[in-house]
Amino acid sequence: MIDRLFTWFDNRLAISRSGRHLLNKIFPDHWSFMIGEIALYSFIVLLATGVFLTLYFVPSGQDVVYHGIYAPFDGQTMSAAFKSTLDLSFSVRGGLLMRQMHHWSANIFVGSIVVHMLRVFFTGAFRRPRELNWFIGTTLMILAIVNGFLGYSIPDDLVSGTGIRIAYSILESIPFVGSYLATLLFGGVFPGNGSIIPRFFILHVLIVPLVIFGLLGAHLGLLVKHKHTQFKGNGAREDNVVGAPMWPTFMIKTTGFLFLTTAVTVLLGAFVQINPIWLYGPYIPFHVSYAVQPDWYMGWLDGALRVMPSWELHLPGHMIPNVFFPAVLLPGITFNVMMAWPWIEAAFTRDDREHHILDRPRDRPVRTAVGAAVLAFYFVLFGASATDVLANYLSVSLNVVLLSFRVLCVVVPLIVFPVTYKICTEMSHTKGAGKRKQYNIIVRGEDGGYSAVPTEAYAGYRHEVLEPIDVDSVDLSGVMGEPEPTGTAGVYQIPRDYR
Amino acid sequence: MPDQHSQDEKTGALVSTDAPQFQVAAKNPKRIEKVAALTFFVSLVAFAGFGAAFWQNASNAMLGGTLGVGFLGFGAAMVIWGRYLTPRGPFEEERAMMATTREQHDEIVADFVVRGRVAFGRRGFLGAMLAASGAVFGIVALFPLVRSLGPLPKKSFYHTKWKRGSYVSTVDGRRLKASDLTEGSLATVFPENDLGGALSQTVLIRVQNGGSVVTMPGRETWGPEGYVAYSKVCTHAGCPVGLYEQLTKQLLCPCHQSLFEVTKGGIPIFGPAPRPLPQLPLYVDSSGYLRAQADYDEPIGPGFWERGGTA
Repeated sequence: MIDRLFTWFDNRLAISRSGRHLLNKIFPDHWSFMIGEIALYSFIVLLATGVFLTLYFVPSGQDVVYHGIYAPFDGQTMSAAFKSTLDLSFSVRGGLLMRQMHHWSANIFVGSIVVHMLRVFFTGAFRRPRELNWFIGTTLMILAIVNGFLGYSIPDDLVSGTGIRIAYSILESIPFVGSYLATLLFGGVFPGNGSIIPRFFILHVLIVPLVIFGLLGAHLGLLVKHKHTQFKGNGAREDNVVGAPMWPTFMIKTTGFLFLTTAVTVLLGAFVQINPIWLYGPYIPFHVSYAVQPDWYMGWLDGALRVMPSWELHLPGHMIPNVFFPAVLLPGITFNVMMAWPWIEAAFTRDDREHHILDRPRDRPVRTAVGAAVLAFYFVLFGASATDVLANYLSVSLNVVLLSFRVLCVVVPLIVFPVTYKICTEMSHTKGAGKRKQYNIIVRGEDGGYSAVPTEAYAGYRHEVLEPIDVDSVDLSGVMGEPEPTGTAGVYQIPRDYR
Repeated sequence: MPDQHSQDEKTGALVSTDAPQFQVAAKNPKRIEKVAALTFFVSLVAFAGFGAAFWQNASNAMLGGTLGVGFLGFGAAMVIWGRYLTPRGPFEEERAMMATTREQHDEIVADFVVRGRVAFGRRGFLGAMLAASGAVFGIVALFPLVRSLGPLPKKSFYHTKWKRGSYVSTVDGRRLKASDLTEGSLATVFPENDLGGALSQTVLIRVQNGGSVVTMPGRETWGPEGYVAYSKVCTHAGCPVGLYEQLTKQLLCPCHQSLFEVTKGGIPIFGPAPRPLPQLPLYVDSSGYLRAQADYDEPIGPGFWERGGTA
């Protein structure tokens, strides 16, 4: 029966000819490869929970009077968007769970994309031939952040409304076109003619997800085309892929992983409160609350807005406002450099060869140190988004906290760079660093002498000795800060006295 | 270890199922199967529990707890299955380099050029017409269509609804008299024609019990009877400057912590705000009502390109 069904499709789609390579596609086994899967699966969770939410959410800025379950707001005027979000949280069966899952899932989505990118960056997986996929991936990250912000904005609560106000100011700050962009998007000078909630809504549920969906397809298509990268060892070479096949091993494991990702999201939605909008209240332009913070992935931007000194650029008859520098220029530089990184690195290393074997971060000290320093900079900015909370918590003057962060965002990267560089080069020099520990058992022999017998790292685990790589197959020369390979027979050793 | 290629040359299938890679990964498959089955059973019970919880309209924790445990068991069982009860491998697949040969490259370029020449050679006029028509559509799409999204800014950034003689009102429309606020207290006020307005919002503070408050030279008459009024829209990113520190007479914006000096013309003394808060000139009329002498004398709120001016 199943065979007849298959034959029917096969005769029309030629699955037997083209499906073979999909059946056989090999997935190397490494934990870090699952991070991208988390991103993919949280996108699925987002779509599923998001569809549920659209059934009840009213994307409208129209004023309505609330007479619902939540007594503290009884009789209060609020937007239909806010009211429907309250109803979703209190009246719709399972609505609060879906809302909280959706919000958690968005945080997990952006988070796993960022960690996935870090993995790709630090292991050099973006190098030829995967530059395009890195470019697509970076675009996906930006879209994920943008869509997260849009979704966070549409309930029209006090905190997100303040966020929209700041977004308007950022838009307004763009030289030449800022005031036009702002009035076009908002339908007039702030708060506009009430079109911002429906516009953000359609961007959030249709336009941006559609672009994400398309780019995700391209991202995965290129992944199949290029095949996976892999770490050294276990017989891995530049011209093969070693691991488990798509069918059946990976198929079963990854589907299980989809449900595990879902499970974590459901449990967070069940037990960890997120975005309790009924505690913030509806957005009222002249109200504001203490400790207004965006979702975590916008934290660095908020921090940048805070640590920026009070400078503006005044030109004859024109000006470049303060917020332009931290909120337009900084992200602009960040994302452009990020997208261009494969080409920037290749320009320095003059390495234009195809790479399918991944680097260990310590073996590329300069790249790793650059990445760590930049990451440290954004971590400091992220911390700076909590200046008021920190000042309160530590009972220190706000001025001291802010000034410290201004200093830290310069100093920390300058410290992190050399320290990371040093750790990398030291680890490269240390024999056996990063290998699994193997214990020795001291055995007394027949003749009374002692000898050490190495055990297996884990019972039943056969430790794979890293295979010597053929120097010709991997280009090690000219890589930034990379010691020249020496030694014989393709084994490369780093001289002890290399600095 | 796959020393030889583990893929069949002819069919492309993985090596024969007799090969050691095809043994399951588990040492004791029977026990693993039991564990996985039990895990599936847990998920089955939890899913059923979710159904019951939904039916009974149980709490969020009950709904999410049952559903979460259901997915957890379901996923865990599958991972156990995939990890231990499938061929242990490793398998190997060949990978061709992406780079193409010179011949392949030349061939496709030649094909592209030759065929293209048939269609586009000597069709320069047609190409020009295509470009012209497309350009017209582009302009039409950009101007009337995109333009219709909203009004042009025009002078809307330069004015608020405050004007000469506007009564200083609370959000519910009550006109404030000079006797209404005590020393050190404040109110958010609007002109009567824009109650609750996002741009007209103004913070009215009674800094002292009487006498004129002169915050800057040239503003001698702006602060009658101990009152001053500033735009409540932060000059940094537009948040409401909502916190007044009575003791130091400073206004703090809770978004990015800019601090403004109330008695010195609203100048920013800390944080990212680059410009003073615009001050609203007030007067007290013969009936004792607080009223505006005029609109703000500069654009309120954050900067924008056309604003110009000095700090």
